[in-house]
Amino acid sequence: MTKTVTDVVCPFCGTLCDDLEVVVSDDGKQLLEVYNACAIGAEKFLHSQAEDRLTRPRLQQEDGSWKDVTYDEAIEYTAQMLASSTKPLMYGWSSTNCEAQGVGSEIGEITGAVMDNTATVCHGTSLIAVQDIGIPHCTLGEVKNRADRVVFWGCNPAHAHPRHMSRYSIFPRGFFTGKGHKGRKVIVIDPRKTDTANVADVHLQIEQGRDYELLDALRVAFKGLPLPDVVAGIPKEQIYEAAEVLKSGRFVIIFFGMGVTQSLGKNHNIDEAIAVTRDLNEYTKAAIMPMRGHYNVTGSGAVWGWQFGFPFAVDLSRGFARYNPGETTSNDLLRRGEVDSVFVLGSDPGAHFPFSSVKKISELPSVCIDPHQTPTTAVCKLHVPVAFVGVEIGGCAYRMDNVPIETRKVVEAPEGMMTDEEFLEKVLVRIKEIKGE
Amino acid sequence: MAEYIIKNGFVFDPVLGINGDKTDVAIKDGKFVETTQLANPKTIDATGMTVMAGAVDIHAHVAGPKVNTGRNFRPEDKLFNCTPRRGVERMQGGFSVPTTFKTGYDYARMGYTTVMEAAMPPLYARHTHEEIRDTPIIDQAAFPVFGNNWFVLEYLKNNEIENTASYIAWLLRATKGYAVKVVNPGGTEAWGWGLNCENIHDPVPFFDITPAQIVKGLIEANEYLGLPHSMHVHANNLGNPGNYTTTLDTFKLSEGIKPRGGWGRDQVMHHTHVQFHSYGGDNWGNFESKSPEIMDYVNSHDNITIDIGQVTLDETTTMTADGPFEHHLTELNHLKWANTDVELETGSGVVPYVYSPTIKVCAIQWAIGLELGLLAKDPMRVFITTDHPNAGPFIRYPRVIKWLMSQQSREEMLNGFKHSEKVIDATHLMGIDRELSLYEIAQMTRAGTAKALGLGHMYGSLKPGLEADVAVYDFNPEQEHAPDDIEKAFGNARHLFKTGMQIINEGEIVSNGNKRTLWVNARVNENPQVMRDVKEKFLRYYTVTQNNYEVAGHHYVPNPYVIEVDATQ
Amino acid sequence: MKKLAIKVNLITGRSIQQGVSMEGGKEKPAYTAACGIIELDPAEFKRLGTYRNTNVRVTSEYGSVIVKAVEATQGPHPGVAYIPMGPWANMVINPNTYSTGMPTFKGTPVEVEIAKNGQVLDSLDLVRKACRGEVV
Repeated sequence: MTKTVTDVVCPFCGTLCDDLEVVVSDDGKQLLEVYNACAIGAEKFLHSQAEDRLTRPRLQQEDGSWKDVTYDEAIEYTAQMLASSTKPLMYGWSSTNCEAQGVGSEIGEITGAVMDNTATVCHGTSLIAVQDIGIPHCTLGEVKNRADRVVFWGCNPAHAHPRHMSRYSIFPRGFFTGKGHKGRKVIVIDPRKTDTANVADVHLQIEQGRDYELLDALRVAFKGLPLPDVVAGIPKEQIYEAAEVLKSGRFVIIFFGMGVTQSLGKNHNIDEAIAVTRDLNEYTKAAIMPMRGHYNVTGSGAVWGWQFGFPFAVDLSRGFARYNPGETTSNDLLRRGEVDSVFVLGSDPGAHFPFSSVKKISELPSVCIDPHQTPTTAVCKLHVPVAFVGVEIGGCAYRMDNVPIETRKVVEAPEGMMTDEEFLEKVLVRIKEIKGE
Repeated sequence: MAEYIIKNGFVFDPVLGINGDKTDVAIKDGKFVETTQLANPKTIDATGMTVMAGAVDIHAHVAGPKVNTGRNFRPEDKLFNCTPRRGVERMQGGFSVPTTFKTGYDYARMGYTTVMEAAMPPLYARHTHEEIRDTPIIDQAAFPVFGNNWFVLEYLKNNEIENTASYIAWLLRATKGYAVKVVNPGGTEAWGWGLNCENIHDPVPFFDITPAQIVKGLIEANEYLGLPHSMHVHANNLGNPGNYTTTLDTFKLSEGIKPRGGWGRDQVMHHTHVQFHSYGGDNWGNFESKSPEIMDYVNSHDNITIDIGQVTLDETTTMTADGPFEHHLTELNHLKWANTDVELETGSGVVPYVYSPTIKVCAIQWAIGLELGLLAKDPMRVFITTDHPNAGPFIRYPRVIKWLMSQQSREEMLNGFKHSEKVIDATHLMGIDRELSLYEIAQMTRAGTAKALGLGHMYGSLKPGLEADVAVYDFNPEQEHAPDDIEKAFGNARHLFKTGMQIINEGEIVSNGNKRTLWVNARVNENPQVMRDVKEKFLRYYTVTQNNYEVAGHHYVPNPYVIEVDATQ
Repeated sequence: MKKLAIKVNLITGRSIQQGVSMEGGKEKPAYTAACGIIELDPAEFKRLGTYRNTNVRVTSEYGSVIVKAVEATQGPHPGVAYIPMGPWANMVINPNTYSTGMPTFKGTPVEVEIAKNGQVLDSLDLVRKACRGEVV
C-alpha cells in the first residue's frame, strides 16, 4: 500500500509551487513518485532517496580522504571553529527554513559573524536598487488575475522557473483574465533567443550588457521624445512600439533576472527597470518582480530584515548590525581575506562563486551543512549532511513575491539524521557554553 | 511564581477611580491580587513615583510584510542607532522601523505591555506572526484587513451580513487574527487598476459596491458575531485637504448600531489616526484644521472611539494598506516608493516621509493631533497613538504625553515654527489651555484602549484578577516639574511587570518575558455556501492552495491566548 | 603554427539540464554533461574550424577551463557564448564586484581554442584540483 500526500510545497525555486502530490510508502519512509512538479523539482524529491546518500558527518583529512564522525563531534567542531573566530562568514541560508535561519542569526550575534545569503550572487543588486528607489510590487495572484502585459527581462523561466509561466504569468486564466494566454501580450528582452522568447509576442534581442540604455530608451519613448536610430542593438521603431504596448495595458508586470542583476551596471540596471515601472504607473497600473532563485532566499532576507534591519550582507562583527555591500558581501570579504573561517548552510558557493573566492574558502577553517555532496563540501574541512527541508522536515519558506508558505514533511529522513535547525540549536547551546553566556 | 508588592506609589487607575492616591499594588501568580493575599512578597519601593497599569497600544504597525519592507529598503533608518547584544537583550536597530527585538524593548521601556498590529494582509499572516513571535515581552494581536477583500465585496454588495460574518470567522481562524480592520474601503481594490475611491459613495470598479456599504456591512457583521473589538476603520480620502467631510460621513455609518457580545466596549466603530482625516481647505495653501467639527461629532456619539495619530515632526516611514495614498505621497515628496498589491485581499504602500517643523502643512498636522486629544470630552474614547510609524515612531509617545499635559511646551512649539503665524491661524491649538491630567493620560493609554479592544477583563487596570501588567515611572506628581520631566519619565519606566514577571528593574531590562499572541476564535453555525465560495476562490484565483493557507504550527504562534466567541446562537 | 583562438563575450545562467542534474548530484556525470560545456553559434564553430562536441579551452583574464563546445540551444546569439552557471563557468568569469557585492557573471571577454585532448573534469575534481593548483 502507498499513500498520497497532497498540497506539497516544492523546495527548489522561488516559484514555490504548492500543488505537488507525492506518493510515499505506507510506513512513510520511502518516497516513490512525484506529480505536478517540474523536472527539477521532481529530481529534488527523488534524489533524497538516493542509495548512495551520505547520512553522517565526515571530516576531510590532510590527504583529501574522509573520516566519518558523529554528530556530537561535528557540533563540537563547528562550535569551536565559530567561537574561536574573530570574524566568521556564515553564508548560504537560502535552501533552509526560516526557523533555522532564526537560530543561525543568534549564532551570528554571539560569534560576531558576517551573515550573507545567496542574494549576494543573485538579486543582491536588486535589493540595493530597492533601497535606492523602492519597488512597486504585487503578489503572483495579482499577475494571474489582472496582468495583460507581461515582460521578462533578462530572465528565462522556461529553464529557471519552469512552472512560473503556467501557474502565474502567461497561461493561467484569472478573475479579470478569462482569456488566459490570448489576453496577454508577452515581451522578452534577452541577448539569447531563449525558450521563453519563443513563446513571446515580441523578443527584443538586446546587445548583452546594454540593459540600462534600453530601459532608459523606454522611458524616453513613453514620453514620445526622440531616440537615436538604434539603442542597445534594437531599432527605435521597435522601442516605440514596445513602449506603446506597455502603456496601453491595463496591468503591466515586469519580471527580471540575472541578465540585469549580474551584467555591468548591476544595481543601476535595476534602478532603471524600477523607474520604468514607476513611470508606467502614470499611464496605467504596473508592477515589477525579481525572479528569486532559491526557494527560500527571500525568507532569509525577511528574517534578517526583522531581526537586523538588512536583507543580506549583514556584518555583526562589531557587536551590532552593519550593512555595506561591496564591503560586507561574501565575495569581497573572501577575496580581500577579511574573514577567518567559513560556515556554509543551504547553498553551494563552491559551485556558484567565482573560483578566486572558492580558493579562499579552501584555505580557511570551514564547515558545510548540506544534504548533497557538492564542490563546497569537496573543499570544506567538515561536511555535515542533514535532512532535506521541504521533503523530510517542514518549516516556513517565502515565495519570490514574499508570500510565506509552510513547506511539508513528506517522508522520514534516514534514521538518526539531524535537521538544519536541530544541528544549529545544539551548536548555539555549545557556543553559549564556550562563551560563558 | 514570585509575589511582589509595589509600595507607596502614586497610583492612577481610572477603572478603579484611583486618582493619584498612595496605594499598594499586589502581584501573585501573574495577576493582581488584594494585598492581603500575599505571603512573602518582594517589595518594590515606588515612593515618589507614578504607578499605572501596563499601557495598551490600540494601533501601530510593528510586524508584518510592509513593516519589513520599510526596514529592508531603508538602511538609512539604522544609522547611529544600532546597539549590541547585552544581558538579556538581543542586538537592536532602527528608528522609525525598528527591528522586532528593539520594538519589544522600546515598548517595555515606555511601560507598554500590549500592542495591536493594526493591519495584517491575510495572505501574509504567517510573516506577521513570525515577527510577533520574535518581538519580546509584549502581548500582541493582529487585525486582518477586510475592506477590499473580494469575498466581503461580493457578499456585502447583496447585503449578506450572515455570510460576511461566517467568512470573517473563517478568516480570523485561518490567520489567527483578532479584529476586523478596514483600510480605504474599496479604494485599495480600485488601486489594483491604479484607481481609488475618494468618498464613501464612490463605487468600486467592477464590484459595484460603495465604501459606505462596505463599512456599514462590516460593522453589522462584526456585531452579528459580537467580537471583542469593534470594526476598526481607516476611512477613504486620507491625507487630503477637505477630507473631514468624508470622515464625518464615515462616522455617521455607525449611527443606530449597538455593540453586542458583552465585552464591555461601548463603540461599534473605532476610527483610527483621525488627525489624518480632519483637514479643511481645498489645497495645500488653505489647508486648515477641522478638529472642532470632528470632535463635536465624537463627543456627542457614544458608539465611536478614535485614536489621534499624532504627528511627531520626525523623519519617518509611512506604511499603509491604503495603496493609492502612498502613490499619491511619493508623487508629492519624490522619495522611494514600495507597493504590494495582494491577490483578492488588499494592497499596501511604503514611502519615507520627513515631517519638518519648517513646513507649514506638517506643523498644522502636528497641531491637529493635539487638538483632537485636548477637545476630547471623554478620554475613555480618545486614544494616544502616532499611527506608528506613519505620523511618527511610537517611541515619541512620552513626548506626545508631554505636549498634551503642558500648555507651555505646546506654545513653545507653536511660536518656534518657521511659519508660526500661519500655523496658528490655520489651527485652534493656541487658544486651548487644557492640560491633561495623569488620570486622563491613563484613560487614553490604558483603561480606554483596553476597554475599546474588549480586553478590559485582562488589561488596563490594577484591579485584582487582571493580568499583572504594571509600570512604575520616576515621576512625582506632587512636585514641581518641567515639561521635559514628563517625557523623560514616561520614556524610562523604573520598573515594569508583565503578567507578573519582572521585566524592568531599576531601569534595566532583566527579562524577555513570556509574550503571548492573542487571537479570536469565533464559532459560527455551519455555512456551506461560504465554504463553497472559499473553495472555489482558492481553486480559481488564489495562487496558494486552500490547504496551504491556514496559519498553523507552533513556530508561528508558540504561545497563543485564544479568545473564544460563540456566535452560534 | 599559431593556435587559432576566437574571441567571444561569455555569459552564464541557468538551464533546465543544469537544474535537474544539480539536484541529481553534482558529483555525477550528468552534471558535467549539463554544465561543463560552452554553447556557441554555428558561425563560431566555423570561425574556430572545428566540429560540434569538441573539447575547448576557454580563457579569460581571470582563469582558464576546459569544457566541451556544443551548438547553442537557444540561439543564434552572435558574438555571445554561454556556459551554464557552475564551477566551470566560474573558473573564467570576471570576479570583480565593483563595490556591489555581485561578481560580474555576465559579459566576460574570453578566448576559445580547440583542446582536443583536454579533459573536462567533474565538478568536485575541478574545484579540488584547482584549489591545490593542480590544474591550470
